[in-house]
Amino acid sequence: MTGYLKPVTFALLALPGAWLAFAIVGEANAVGSKLGADPVATVVDFLGEWGLRLLLLALSVSPLRRVTGWSSLARVRRMVGLFAFAYLTLHFLAFTALIVGWDWSALVTEILDRPYVTLGFAALVLLLPLAITSTAGWQRRLRRRWVQLHKLVFVAVALGLLHLAWLTKDGYAQVSLYLLIFAALLGERWWHARSQQPKQKALA
Amino acid sequence: MSKRHQHSQSAAIKSSEITAESSYLNRRKLVQGLGLGLGLRAGIAASASLLSGALQADIAPSNMMSPDEEITPEKIATSYNNFYEFGTGKEDPAEYAHEMSIAPWQVEVSGEVEKQGVFDYTELLQGLTVEERIYRLRCVEAWSMVIPWQGVPLAALLQRLQPTSAAKYVHFTTLHRPKEMRGQRSFFSGIDWPYVEGLRLDEAMHPLTLMATGMYGKSLPNQNGAPWRLVVPWKYGFKSIKSIVKIHFSKREPKTTWNQLAPSEYGFYANVNPDVSHPRWSQASERRLPGSLFGSNRIPTLPFNGYGEQVAGLYAGMNLKRHY
Repeated sequence: MTGYLKPVTFALLALPGAWLAFAIVGEANAVGSKLGADPVATVVDFLGEWGLRLLLLALSVSPLRRVTGWSSLARVRRMVGLFAFAYLTLHFLAFTALIVGWDWSALVTEILDRPYVTLGFAALVLLLPLAITSTAGWQRRLRRRWVQLHKLVFVAVALGLLHLAWLTKDGYAQVSLYLLIFAALLGERWWHARSQQPKQKALA
Repeated sequence: MSKRHQHSQSAAIKSSEITAESSYLNRRKLVQGLGLGLGLRAGIAASASLLSGALQADIAPSNMMSPDEEITPEKIATSYNNFYEFGTGKEDPAEYAHEMSIAPWQVEVSGEVEKQGVFDYTELLQGLTVEERIYRLRCVEAWSMVIPWQGVPLAALLQRLQPTSAAKYVHFTTLHRPKEMRGQRSFFSGIDWPYVEGLRLDEAMHPLTLMATGMYGKSLPNQNGAPWRLVVPWKYGFKSIKSIVKIHFSKREPKTTWNQLAPSEYGFYANVNPDVSHPRWSQASERRLPGSLFGSNRIPTLPFNGYGEQVAGLYAGMNLKRHY
């Protein structure tokens, strides 16, 4: 079972991307087939949403491991995080290509002038060093500082949620759900840390 | 934020032929017009049967110009909607608006007006001439469509209600019926229902302002604001309030829904203006729908949505950056 964990997880995480690729190919053949009336918005939103979901999933790995006692889960945490980073990078590239039209000065204006873009961009920038230092080698080299560095993911998720809330005109069901999950994941960590207190204050 | 400009910059209307997907639209050739940026077909008498949807047969040839742009496919215009009464997703209205019953449809007329009372909307339309207008619809979210509407000039309707000399503004209210409008039941909406919009009386009386009862030669689908809705083509789409049940005349500027919800983002006037950005996105350009990932559908946004020649005079002397 555990032997299949990584390939199965990989396939599942790649599924949204595969669907999108399939839809884009379909779109090339018959316009408006899968991506709706405004495919640009659909693609950008789809990638951003899956990036955020997978970030929350990455943060769920440790709590799930503690709750289920299935320690092997820890082995896919990096993969989930890297997939999230990949979707979010594509989200940014899709925004740059399809909405800004590769106009660099316009991109800078967007990032500086629109608070929701600023927040989303900041979140992605925060995730970059985490993606780079996700390897075992960097983990070894940085030791305790690695754990501290990777706590930035909480800040990135918070920024990502604000980014989504800010661009929502009305209808806050989705943002509320993500926020609730994020709060639950933080709560579990707080609870866990408290119960571990006599030994050490780890927040991993 | 704008990119490749593949479409004509100019709002000036050239002699053109509209390419559309439906045969009923195809057979109509548009002739050199009077220079108005709209397509207008006169001569269709309103009657109960026309209002209930049988407009198709007798559409007269256009006597004015139409935008030099393609008409949005009917399927797109009737399946990609902002009508938050049925949910905030673009497909929600098409999916859930059938839950709203539109017969009978009573309308309350009140305020600074002679003819007060509650009327069936068909009664108010009786004898008015239904015209066809092909207008650009520019959403505040920076997408746009081109839609053939059928309806009566709002001026004709308001005149018969006889506003008093004190009337300076008209308020419109959308149906509030949470039982049939699931968006109004949503716990996650910040909107204080019912939806209210309004116009200055001179804007309401402008010949471009339409009370639409149909589109694409059929009666309005529920998701597009059945049985009647406003169409104010030089303003952002949220001004064109749907499924109207109240018409109220007043001395004071109405408190309109989006303006109340986020005054810094949605002004009362909400005239399409590429020079005034929405705080969260640029309004300098728009995506004409249906879009494509392959090739740009981005076109520059025009002041007053291209109807400046007709309506700019309404705002003479006003600072439109302040009165956005």
